[in-house]
Amino acid sequence: MDIDDAGVRKIAALARLALSDEELALQREGLQRILAYVKRLDELDTRDVLPTSHVLDMHQPFRPDEVGPTLSTEEALANAPRSDGESFVVPQVIQGAS
Amino acid sequence: MNQERPLHRSSVRELRDAVASGERSAEEVTRAHLDRIRETDGDWNAFIHVADDAALAAAQAVDQRRSAGEPARALEGVPVAIKDQIVTKGIPTTAGSRMLKGFVPPYDATVVERLRAAGAIIIGKTNQDEFAMGSSNENSAHGPCANPWDGTRVPGGSSGGSAAAVAGGQVPLALGTDTGGSIRQPASLCGVVGLKPTYGRVSRRGAIAFASSLDQIGPLGRTVEDVALGLEVLAGADSRDSTCSTEPVQDYSAQIEEGIAGLRVGLPEEYFGEGIEPGVLDSVREGVRRLEAEGAVVQPVRLPHTEYSIATYYLLATAEASSNLARYDGIRYGHRAEGEDLGLEELYAQTRAEGFGPEVRRRIMLGTFALSSGYYDAFYDKAQRVRTLIRDDFVAAFEQVDVLATPTSPVVAFPRGSRVDDPLQMYLMDIFTLSASLAGLPGISVPCGFSDGLPVGLQLLAAPLQESMLLRAARAHERQFADAGAWPGEGGP
Repeated sequence: MDIDDAGVRKIAALARLALSDEELALQREGLQRILAYVKRLDELDTRDVLPTSHVLDMHQPFRPDEVGPTLSTEEALANAPRSDGESFVVPQVIQGAS
Repeated sequence: MNQERPLHRSSVRELRDAVASGERSAEEVTRAHLDRIRETDGDWNAFIHVADDAALAAAQAVDQRRSAGEPARALEGVPVAIKDQIVTKGIPTTAGSRMLKGFVPPYDATVVERLRAAGAIIIGKTNQDEFAMGSSNENSAHGPCANPWDGTRVPGGSSGGSAAAVAGGQVPLALGTDTGGSIRQPASLCGVVGLKPTYGRVSRRGAIAFASSLDQIGPLGRTVEDVALGLEVLAGADSRDSTCSTEPVQDYSAQIEEGIAGLRVGLPEEYFGEGIEPGVLDSVREGVRRLEAEGAVVQPVRLPHTEYSIATYYLLATAEASSNLARYDGIRYGHRAEGEDLGLEELYAQTRAEGFGPEVRRRIMLGTFALSSGYYDAFYDKAQRVRTLIRDDFVAAFEQVDVLATPTSPVVAFPRGSRVDDPLQMYLMDIFTLSASLAGLPGISVPCGFSDGLPVGLQLLAAPLQESMLLRAARAHERQFADAGAWPGEGGP
């Protein structure tokens, strides 16, 4: 199938991946190649076949709703690239706030 | 145990028994393996992180328990390496990615908790393809890993470091993860035993998620018994993993010698066709004859949808990966792009472009495409329906036979750099391992011969939760295989 540059940019935006022009061309070529390959699935008539999302015949197990140990703030922040000791630091998202 | 042989050439069973009897200390055993890693890993790069100090402290704690007269546990004093895809408290865990450089997990995966509770010594973290995406260990931010049988060749992937570490005597036992063949294929290419248990047999809490409907943790070792001993510790229900089976765990290691007289072994015609190296085919056929010599009855079977497994797998696994890897955003942990003027959306996009390697970005793109509005039905939903057909093939086959025998990989270990430029060609090599993953079946790869001096693996597959039968068949083959346990560089063919 054909996928154009705008289509690749849209997928990259959905995936939150910055794309250089060079990589855009590579990704487009790679996607086209694999999509051409996977189209072989169309040879199969699956109208009367149910999809499998999960291989186990399982039910959702329940457990008692009890308070257990959780990470301390210090532990939760230990791997953060930016924090102020109490919170993760992110770029300002609300314009006009101080 | 054999006093002539270096300690690092001992099996899990031998080491455990030597520590349990007091013949060896856990510290002595651990030091021997740390020395072996120091001597060899400059060449192999099987480890991303060696936890020397923590391992020695754990070994000393084991020795104190022994002197206090506490009963010996299942893996008392046995060094174990953990694939870097699995989190280890206080030991850096990167999944082979720049994205997680420097990440130190605040908790142990359930399998790591269980290993520690069984007396095992966590030696370090093994190299792998980034986020378990690859078949050659060449997609690692830590650099490629060598195959101990030939340093210019790949160990397979994605659990390449675990397979190489076991093959080269750096550890007797290692954990891998298998989403589409990532335990079985490197086990085949490195000449060791690798088991992917039934989906849900082993808890995945703490395994960094790649494709959640497929991922499974399993052991790699040099003997079938060692892998059985590992599975006994790893398997079983976990209230913190809702996909984990509550079926009872069996005494796998006690059952492996029970024999396979009358066992019905199916050879799927689709797995013995074109594209297999002749030397691989010859060795696998030899392996099948060994099963017959042990009393198995061999017959052909059909798995007619095999040719669709690669397309199905790469749509479903990438779709799930694109969702699972959305968590890497540069905020709570992991890599973060620099730049004071980056807005939040730009920070996400830049962080992810920098942190993920090319193959991971490629798969996120494909998965995002397959799930995106307008394409979902034609790609993702279609693949889920074909997955049902692939699964039904196995259900029908297991009405006729107990075990399936196939090649694990169509090729032996290939030279590093020879296949990296063509992702699709790399995917095609997973043809024999993907179907069983899609069906959630247990599978094991055992060494069955050599082609041009490089190991060949025989894959055995069984119905869900039939690990005991699978291990019994693997052990029967091992009994008949004169080169079982051969070491790289000596005694080989």
